Amino acid sequence: MKANKFWAWLVFALGAAYFIVPLLATFEFSLRMRRGTYSFDAYASVFADPAFAASFSYSVVIGLVTIAVGILVVVPAVYFVRLRMPWLRPFMEFITLLPLVIPALVLVYGYIRLYNSSSIIPFTGSALGTDILLTGAYVTLALPYMYRAVDNGMRTIDIATLTEAAQIMGANQAQIVAQIILPNILVAILSGAFLTFAIVIGEFTIASLLNRPAFGPYLVGIGTNRAYEPAALAIISFIITWGAMGMINVLGRFAPHTSARTD
Amino acid sequence: MNDTTTSPPAPPRRIPWDTLAVAPFVIFAVMFLFLPTLSLVGTAFTDRTGNFTVDNIGGLFSDQIVAAYWISIRISGASAILGALIGLAITLAVIRGRLPAPLRSAVMTFSGVASNFAGVPLAFAFIATLGRLGLVTIILRTLFGLDLYRSGFNLLSFWGLTLTYLYFQIPLMMLTIAPAVDGLKKEWNEAAQMLGASQWQFWRYVGLPILWPSVLGTLSLLFANAFGAIATAWALTGSNLNIVTVLLYNQIRGDALQNPGLGAALALGMIVITSLANVIYLVVANRAERWMK
Repeated sequence: MKANKFWAWLVFALGAAYFIVPLLATFEFSLRMRRGTYSFDAYASVFADPAFAASFSYSVVIGLVTIAVGILVVVPAVYFVRLRMPWLRPFMEFITLLPLVIPALVLVYGYIRLYNSSSIIPFTGSALGTDILLTGAYVTLALPYMYRAVDNGMRTIDIATLTEAAQIMGANQAQIVAQIILPNILVAILSGAFLTFAIVIGEFTIASLLNRPAFGPYLVGIGTNRAYEPAALAIISFIITWGAMGMINVLGRFAPHTSARTD
Repeated sequence: MNDTTTSPPAPPRRIPWDTLAVAPFVIFAVMFLFLPTLSLVGTAFTDRTGNFTVDNIGGLFSDQIVAAYWISIRISGASAILGALIGLAITLAVIRGRLPAPLRSAVMTFSGVASNFAGVPLAFAFIATLGRLGLVTIILRTLFGLDLYRSGFNLLSFWGLTLTYLYFQIPLMMLTIAPAVDGLKKEWNEAAQMLGASQWQFWRYVGLPILWPSVLGTLSLLFANAFGAIATAWALTGSNLNIVTVLLYNQIRGDALQNPGLGAALALGMIVITSLANVIYLVVANRAERWMK
C-alpha cells in the first residue's frame, strides 16, 4: 500500500509538472517585455490596443447570441421529445454527435460553398449575413455540449408531472416551457452556456475563413507580429477559460440536484 | 358510446406545439449540418463542367495529399495513444491512489479548463515554454548545458506538435475515463485480495480488462479530436506544416489545389476518417457501458 501511494504521488507530480510548467513559462515570458526587469508592459500594450477591445467585444457579442440561439433551438426540442416523442431521441443523439465527427473546418467549407453570395441564401454576401452564418456555425459547434447539459438537466426533474400540474392550472405549452421547465433546469443551461462561451470566445478557424473580426483571428495576427503580447494573451485566455469552467463548478455546487455528475 | 371513448382525453392544440418546438432543431440541423456536408459530397463527385466523376477521389492519392493525411494520422494517433495512456495513469493515481480528496476535485476542475484551453493561446503558451527563447529551453541551456534545438528538437515538428496536443488530449482522456475508473468497485479489489491476488494480478485480470473498452473508445474520440484540429497547428507553424487540415485551410482560403472538386474530396476524406474513429468509439462505448452501474 505504501508503494502504491508513492507511485500515485509520483505520477501526479509528473503530470502536474507537465501542466503547470507551460503556464509558469508563459507567465514569465509575458513579463519580459521591458529589458532587464520584469514588468506588465505586455499586458498594458495588449489592453491599449483598440483592435483587442474591438475583436474581444465582437466575440463576446457573438458568444452571447450563440448561447441564446442555442437555448432556443435545444430546450424546446429536448422537452417535447422527452415528453411526447421519445422515438425521436436516437435521432437527436445522432445529430448532436455529428459536430464531433465532422471537423469544424469541413463544416465551414460546406457553408462557404453552400451559402456564397450567388446562392439562394447568400449569407456570405453581407456582413450581417456572415455574422448570422458565424453564429449558426458556433451553435453547431456547441450543440453536443448544450444538448447534453440540457438533457441531463431534464433527466433530473419530473417533466411529465410538472407539465400536468401546469396544464391543470391552465398554462399553455409556451408558458410551461418558459416559466416552469426553464427555471428548473437553469443551472444545467448555464453550465452549457459557459462551456459554449469558452469554446466560442477564442475560436479561430471558422471566424478566420468567414473573414470576421473575431478574437481568434486577432490572436493569430498578434502571434505573427509581436513577441511578448502573445504570451500575455495566452495568460488572459487561460484566465477566461478558467473563469467559465469555474462558474460551471460553482453552479453545480449551488444546485446539486440538477448538476450533471462529472466526477 | 361512440368513438370518443377510444380516443385519449384530447389535449387541445397538441400537434402545433410539438411541431413548432422541434422544427427549429430540425431546420437547424438541416441547414448547418446535413446540407453543407451533402453539398461537399456532391462537389467531391463533380468535375469542373458539372458532370459526375470519381477523378477527385483518385486525385487524393497524389504524393502531397497522401503525405498530408499520413502526417495528420500519425500526429493524431501519437497524441491520442500517449494522451490516453498518460491520462489513464494520472486518473488512476488520483482516484485509486488514495490521494487527498480535495486534490482530486482540483485535478478534475483543472482538466475541464485544460481540455478547453486549446487553439491559438495554447500554441502561444508552448512557444513561450519550448520555443527558441522559451523558459524551459533557456533553463535547460544555461543550467544543464543542453541545447534543445541543437540536439534536434523543434517545436514546429511532429513531436513538437504532439507534445502540444497532449495538453488538451490528456485532460480530455481524464474527464472521459474518470466515470469508468469510479465504476471499479472497491469490493472487487478486496475480493481479489481475499483470494490471494497481488495488486498486479488485480489490475492484470480484473481492473484493466474492465477499463479496456472505455480506454479504447476514448482513444478514438481523442484521435478524431486531434485529427480535425487546426488552430494550434496554424498558430504554431503557420502554413508550413503539411497536415491535412492546413492543406484544406489553404484550399478554402485560396483554392491552393486549384480544383474545388479535389478540395471537397479532401474534406470528404477527413469525414470518412473521423467517422471511422467515431464508429469504433460508439461500438466500443456500448460494450463498455455494460459494466457501468
